[in-house]
Amino acid sequence: MKKGLIFNIQRYSLHDGPGIRTTVFFKGCPLKCQWCQNPEGIDTDVELFRHNQKCIHCGSCMTHCHEKAIDLTDSGPLVNRQACNRCMECVDICPTGTLEMAGKEYSVNEVVQAALKDILIYEESGGGVTISGGEPLLQYEFLLELLLALKKLNIHTAIETSGYCSWEKIKEISKITDLIYYDLKLIDDNSSRIFTGASNILIMDNLERLVISGANIVVRMPLIPSVNDTRDNIEHTAGYLSSIGVKCIELLPYHNLGSVKYEGLDLECPFNYRPNSELIRQASVIFEANGIYITSEG
Amino acid sequence: MVVAERGITERVKKLRHQSENTAPSITIERAQLVTEAYRENADSVSAPVLRALTFKHLMENKAVCINEGELIVGERGPKPQSAPTYPELCCHTVEDLDLISKRNKIAFQVSDEVKNAQEKEIIPFWKGRSMRDKIFKRMNNNWHACYKAGIFTEFMEQRAPGHTVAGDKIYKLGMLDIKEEINAELLAMDYTNDQDAYAKAEQLKAMAICADALITYARRHAVRAREMAAVESSAERTRELEQIATICDRVPAAAPETLWEALQYYWFVHLGVITELNTWDAFCPGRLDQHLEPFYQKDLKESRLTTYSAKELLQCFWIKFNNQPAPPKVGITLKESGTYTDFANINLGGLRPDGKDGANDVTYLLLEVIDEMRLLQPSSNIQVSKKNPDLFIKKAAHIIRKGWGQPSVFNVEAVIIELLRQGKTLVDARSGGTSGCVETGAFGKESYILTGYFNLTKVLEITLNNGVNPADGTLLGIETGNPRYFKNFDQLLSAFERQLNYFINIKIEGNQIIEKLYADQMPAPFLSLIIDDCIKNARDYNAGGARYNTNYIQGVGIGTITDCLSAIKYHIYDQKRFNWDEMMYCLDKNFAANEVMRQILLNKTPRYGNDDDYADSIMQQVFKIFHGLIDGRKSIRGGTYRINMLPTTCHVYFGSVIGATPDGRFAGKPLSEGISPVQGADFKGPTAVIKSASKMDHLLTGGTLLNLKFSPAVLEGEKGLNSLVHLIRSYFRMDGHHIQFNVVDADTLRKAQNNPEEYRNLIVRVAGYSDYFSNLNEELQNEIIARTAHAKL
Repeated sequence: MKKGLIFNIQRYSLHDGPGIRTTVFFKGCPLKCQWCQNPEGIDTDVELFRHNQKCIHCGSCMTHCHEKAIDLTDSGPLVNRQACNRCMECVDICPTGTLEMAGKEYSVNEVVQAALKDILIYEESGGGVTISGGEPLLQYEFLLELLLALKKLNIHTAIETSGYCSWEKIKEISKITDLIYYDLKLIDDNSSRIFTGASNILIMDNLERLVISGANIVVRMPLIPSVNDTRDNIEHTAGYLSSIGVKCIELLPYHNLGSVKYEGLDLECPFNYRPNSELIRQASVIFEANGIYITSEG
Repeated sequence: MVVAERGITERVKKLRHQSENTAPSITIERAQLVTEAYRENADSVSAPVLRALTFKHLMENKAVCINEGELIVGERGPKPQSAPTYPELCCHTVEDLDLISKRNKIAFQVSDEVKNAQEKEIIPFWKGRSMRDKIFKRMNNNWHACYKAGIFTEFMEQRAPGHTVAGDKIYKLGMLDIKEEINAELLAMDYTNDQDAYAKAEQLKAMAICADALITYARRHAVRAREMAAVESSAERTRELEQIATICDRVPAAAPETLWEALQYYWFVHLGVITELNTWDAFCPGRLDQHLEPFYQKDLKESRLTTYSAKELLQCFWIKFNNQPAPPKVGITLKESGTYTDFANINLGGLRPDGKDGANDVTYLLLEVIDEMRLLQPSSNIQVSKKNPDLFIKKAAHIIRKGWGQPSVFNVEAVIIELLRQGKTLVDARSGGTSGCVETGAFGKESYILTGYFNLTKVLEITLNNGVNPADGTLLGIETGNPRYFKNFDQLLSAFERQLNYFINIKIEGNQIIEKLYADQMPAPFLSLIIDDCIKNARDYNAGGARYNTNYIQGVGIGTITDCLSAIKYHIYDQKRFNWDEMMYCLDKNFAANEVMRQILLNKTPRYGNDDDYADSIMQQVFKIFHGLIDGRKSIRGGTYRINMLPTTCHVYFGSVIGATPDGRFAGKPLSEGISPVQGADFKGPTAVIKSASKMDHLLTGGTLLNLKFSPAVLEGEKGLNSLVHLIRSYFRMDGHHIQFNVVDADTLRKAQNNPEEYRNLIVRVAGYSDYFSNLNEELQNEIIARTAHAKL
């Protein structure tokens, strides 16, 4: 049985689909969006994560590390990422949870069991399971098996995808899952390459095909200050959506609560803007003027 | 911060302002009247008649107060916010009165006259005669040692049994009708064959005296209202005063016919109960929405009222509860307890006695009153049945979301099964509900008394020390073995069970004596008028006269003891990361030299509240032991022992008597409250908490208390509101008994802690009741801040 790499299973999720849900975050993403607030979801391997504010400076990690990859500083453990072989023994040793493992392998059945814990709550609330990431389709086979297993149990499923994958894969998934949240970040291919690290041609192509296939899609747009909040981009996006027969869009506000996570992974945070709640309102006006309705989440 | 006064009319605003801004004070009036009555009668009549004559003396002589503009009349003291004392139960020392008047929180003004009278008249008469003195004298050394060590508390050493709620009787019968019932029983008395006939007759005579006394008290209000009307300049107020006079002449003598009369009748009964004795949880109208509905509909139909004027009446009624602060305690309990709340808790919704959806127009009207009044008292709750529409819960959820702690939420189906399991009829169970904090009862028909909190974690601490109380090194329990030699976890659990059994026996032996003292010496003939079947049985409420009699012992700290046992099982027996010597050494030293170990215990232990069967199954084992040792035992008044899982604020006191614990808790820190997880131990969100909590078999209890704290952001919007409804429905589908929500963020609370002046109005849910945040002591404030905010970013 194929295993999946998952970095979080979040219960009581209210904003990833209808009702009260469990969101399963798949680790690994083909894109590198500069504003990404889940950087631990990008790498396709397990990673060592530091929460230095929890550190009590006991030094257990440093003493225990076989690779001598950890140094203890005034601000907590300092990890030499080159030397670290990701054995993760320090995570067990650490008494406070300062060191944590981002990513853990799960079998399909293990995820299903975790999801079943709240089955009554899904039933009461009309909720279910949402597969998010990272990019769920990057672990296509595992995703397929998991969705089939959940469908067998009559649990409502949703996926959150960038659409950056082969048409064959997303087509198969769209036949099984009940709902697809589809991110449309930038309409201009050049900007897309700059800000997400990939061309959007495949993404838009897949979206058009999904619309034609009649799949249950909600198009979403994370509104990123000075990246895609320009009148030009919004008008183009609205025009594009109209042309392919999509009538509404859901806008997600940008937040920077994930910027601290970059530090925990010893990564450079490429982007850090102040969130601005005005943006959503301004963008909504432009979308609506161009014939696209704004839907609120869930 | 200027807050506009709340209320539907100017009158209500003024009354509410008076209620909120009058400084609580102590009145000596009741103590003096009771002392006079005892001097006069104590040696010449039977106990029930003595209590009845005392009640009569109070009703004939206590000051009559009609506040400016009010529609519902009558105060417990001579004026609003004036608390009487009950020297026959416990007599305040002069030092107690000093402490009450000087402390920062929950203070009462005590005048020099009061202090003087207390010292010269009250104390000399009651020394050795108060119930408290008698109880302490009768308890044996073991009991005293346990009481002092904080193994358990004793409810009846300061206040009288009560813990009961009015049914629908008073809306159908006037006091004169009730007297007829009494006379019929008296006439049927068989003095030749029934050996209890004399005692029964004394009890019935006492009840009849009390019925008359309440009528007298009401008519004194009628007289006063007419006197005031005669000199009143406003024509409108004159008319109102005349109407008040008419109503006070009619009720409680006769059954009520209008909404106004029904409210006024209840209020006189309420004052009667809480003036007769200082009953636990004061008194409560119970299913108020159902009781009032017929009067409300009739008044509307006959154009006596509009929805608007009905609401004004109800708001006036609400303020009356808030005018009555709980009388202060004495001695050590005075120092520990801190609330003005007297625990009247009004039930809304639920089912009708015939099993139909009970939410009606008055239910929705009362929800609006609760929201608009935002008063500490009365407390309120919604009774949620699967038959109630979501609309009802949502309306309440709108109020819950505002974050001032009311209403709390109960599971009707669970409450009914709990009552049926205890032997109530289906109709009596459906007419019941919950009172006090979370206690299940058959309203109007049951005496369900709470006898004391039980410190489960302290018993574990003593088990770990082979019977010795580490606080003072004395052998307090029995020698159940040194845990170092326990080969497995089960041996530890079995030692704990034997230890617990030993302490529960001490508690129950004490309870039996106290119960007998109350039955013989401190009957409550007035309360007995209201609760079925005291008249039919010709037996007092305090002597087993009610249709159902139940005694509760309340388990405290289930979250803490579960995490302690889980830590021992996981780290000592399963993972073998530590051994017993290391554990005991660190506990003894309060983790002074080993923060690493403490952090491991805190962070690397399966803990209750995360839907983890490893920890949750231990919770189930502890619950089963506690339940098994208590449930079904008999009390001397014919009652049956049951358990509850609720702490009020006792988890703070109980924590203060326990050293460091294996869950990583420092010595002296509070225990977990109710059946909530240890503060900060749960990190998987609210669905995991309700799953863990529902693994306890709530239906075997008479109440459990679960507190969930949310930051307001989580509950924003329609989605957030719906999620609240869904969490409630889900928890109740799993047989959860009660859930309450604290909706405030930690930042707000910290601000309130630093600037109490700016947040005087901030009410938070403490544990089964709400209180002003600024009135809580720092420790409780800190605890509320520390409770996991299930904030989702």
